[in-house]
Amino acid sequence: MPGVATTTEEIELQIDPGRGGGAAIRDGGDPGRGDGQSPAYQRASITGITLALGGILMFFLALTSSYIVRRGVTTDWQAFPLPRVLWANTAVLLLSSFTIEMARRALGRGAVAAFRNLWALTSGLGLIFVGGQLLAWRELRAEGVFLSTNPSSSFFYVLTALHGLHLLGGIVALAYVALRSWQGSKVGRATGAEVAAIYWHFMDGLWVFLLLLLTLGR
Amino acid sequence: MASHAEAVHAHVHSAPTGFIRKYIFSLDHKVIGIQYYFLALFSVFLGMSLSLLMRIHLVWPAIHLPFTPGGQMTPEQYLALLTMHGTIMVFMVLTTAPQSGFGNYFLPIQIGAEDMAFPVLNMLSFWTTFVSLVVMVAAFFVSGGAPIGGWTSYPPLSALGEIVGPGQGAGQTLWIVGLAIFCAASLLGAINFITTTIDLRAKGMTLMRMPLTVWAWLITAVLGLLAFGVLLAACALLLLDRTAGTSFFVPGGLVVTDQVITWHKGGSPILWQHLFWFFGHPEVYIAILPGMGVASHLLSTFSRKPIFGYRAMVYAMLSIGFLGFTVWGHHMFISGMSPYSAFAFSMLTMSIGVPSAIKTFNWLGTLWGGQIRFTTSMLFALGFVSLFVSGGLSGLFLAQPAIDLALHDTYFVVAHFHLIMGVAAIFGIFAATYFWFPKMFGRFLNEGIGKVHFWLTFIGVYCIFMPMHFLGIAGHPRRYADLTGVQYLSSLIPVQRFISIAAFITIGSQLLFLFNFLWSLWGGKKATEMNPWEATTLEWSIPSPPPFDNFAGHVPTVYRGPYEFAVPGAPHDYIPQNLTPAEAATGLTASGAPVKA
Repeated sequence: MPGVATTTEEIELQIDPGRGGGAAIRDGGDPGRGDGQSPAYQRASITGITLALGGILMFFLALTSSYIVRRGVTTDWQAFPLPRVLWANTAVLLLSSFTIEMARRALGRGAVAAFRNLWALTSGLGLIFVGGQLLAWRELRAEGVFLSTNPSSSFFYVLTALHGLHLLGGIVALAYVALRSWQGSKVGRATGAEVAAIYWHFMDGLWVFLLLLLTLGR
Repeated sequence: MASHAEAVHAHVHSAPTGFIRKYIFSLDHKVIGIQYYFLALFSVFLGMSLSLLMRIHLVWPAIHLPFTPGGQMTPEQYLALLTMHGTIMVFMVLTTAPQSGFGNYFLPIQIGAEDMAFPVLNMLSFWTTFVSLVVMVAAFFVSGGAPIGGWTSYPPLSALGEIVGPGQGAGQTLWIVGLAIFCAASLLGAINFITTTIDLRAKGMTLMRMPLTVWAWLITAVLGLLAFGVLLAACALLLLDRTAGTSFFVPGGLVVTDQVITWHKGGSPILWQHLFWFFGHPEVYIAILPGMGVASHLLSTFSRKPIFGYRAMVYAMLSIGFLGFTVWGHHMFISGMSPYSAFAFSMLTMSIGVPSAIKTFNWLGTLWGGQIRFTTSMLFALGFVSLFVSGGLSGLFLAQPAIDLALHDTYFVVAHFHLIMGVAAIFGIFAATYFWFPKMFGRFLNEGIGKVHFWLTFIGVYCIFMPMHFLGIAGHPRRYADLTGVQYLSSLIPVQRFISIAAFITIGSQLLFLFNFLWSLWGGKKATEMNPWEATTLEWSIPSPPPFDNFAGHVPTVYRGPYEFAVPGAPHDYIPQNLTPAEAATGLTASGAPVKA
């Protein structure tokens, strides 16, 4: 509410600024920027991805809770040694969180070339992670541990598969941010990159959580 | 700021011209809302037809019915009808029409936004829901037919496949897949609703100035966001049990039709119940909360009084939403749970009576001393309150484990959940339909037919569901296709017959509504005024039907709460949210013309 009030409406709004009363889409962009970007939409993008992660969290918490219950209520649970490649995969995924953060910051500085390289590197690391997870599956298969072998292996496959699917979704999002033309968009590439990065970090953290569950909860 | 208020900006997406982009794959929240509404309208008549067949079979089991190969309905076919009736009504009607239908149409307008935050996501939500309906209905047409496990689909029945009955093969698989798709659609919708409400409110539209309808849609969306992910996870595990030989839910040592099930062991059927009801109880509130919002909104508007205790209404809905996540165990009292757990679930369940009573007394307080206008929509809102009370009270009985043990598998429960979740929510939908139809379609529904429809439906549903309480108390079990030959129930046959006849009349009177709806679309009285009900919220400040971008590029500014009726000293008995203080005080615009309040 900058400037001096000149109309009744403005005085009313200044007296009662309506805590949090929405700024709405049609506040338009920053008037000085002229790029058509809308702060309300940028905010909405961050709100939207935060909520989406809330929903995804509930999904994985339901599976975690099932894991704990299924392991607790019956006697047929048999732990199996986790493939070692998982640790390498974890390192790759943690590294990718660093590279995506560097990419986002590079974009913020306007270093578009560095952003593109780091963004591509992050996608590559993501693909390596998914490939590594497939290797872990292959290793288990070689040892005769299948989806229906034991509840412990069932949960291992289900959790890694569903996390892997979500990560593949993240790779698609990364590609979308990198490849789409953001000309005339209400949010801009920086916001797109931020949304993708938030999702990516969450998938990273989620994997660490799942790995802890699979190792400590065996 | 004034320049902002007057500013005209391009819409977030320009108005489409082609038929497909305008009416089929539309990004406009209003079109999507109507699409959801029609999906629910189709589903409600489908679901109702299934119940009609069930009611006929219950009292005249020998009668030959259509769609039953051989002419005689088998118990399995009855269970398939029961399953699909419940599933279609709960998901495709009670979850879609009040929230996704009316919420989509009116939430953005009531908060002064020109669309949902994510229009593409919104379109995807609808079409994903449509696909899930198609997948579910397809279960009727596969070998074995529709599943027979009820809308809760408890394993092991739902997990073992065809061996446990017709419909448990491909039909059950389609049911699970359809439900999983529905979960995804609902999650997308919930994200959109919450984001829109948080970030796209017009200037001056503070949280405590939001219409109670918007609060209800917001809280419902939060419930959906937290609940549907859990059901989705449960569906994934159940599908694996069916198709991949895992044993999440299926215990070992089962014998089905003389065959020992050797390929499953160690699973926990109770685990499914926990996951299902962790979703399933909030789902009850997902169905009913939007109705509460609509009832509050209409009771205030047509009593020409501010809502009694606005903040209390908001906090009561928030409490109901929160407590709704803590009571799922009351659906499982007979599962053998620890009495200590049952006690906790029981106490928490009964505590929901507190915010529910706050709402009810505030509704009565709103009516008290009001200048009540008995429009059809008002009648349905009053009917909602009535049904909410009579359906809710039996909830206090069932919340007590000792009583629930006796009543759980009887018609008492059928009576309870139909009144509170089914019919009350449907009355909310009807109230909203009669109220907003002129805004949505530019024509009124016929009030005369509407009132006949109301009275037949109101008396009809009570005639159907009140006697069911007595059936339950008398020990009449539910879910059975035919108990006419059972000695101890023979004295209850006249009651069952009465219920069936009441159901036929009530279902028949819905054809009145259908006729009124379809006829009024083209032949109804034109809604020439923007604000025929003399209401205060933003949707009544724009033409009927609203232009593509709702406010034709003009940013609405909100100056006050949503229920400013009978303000002392004001020139009119209502003050719309968007009138400036000067306009509201004098009844004149800045140029001296009378305000069309």
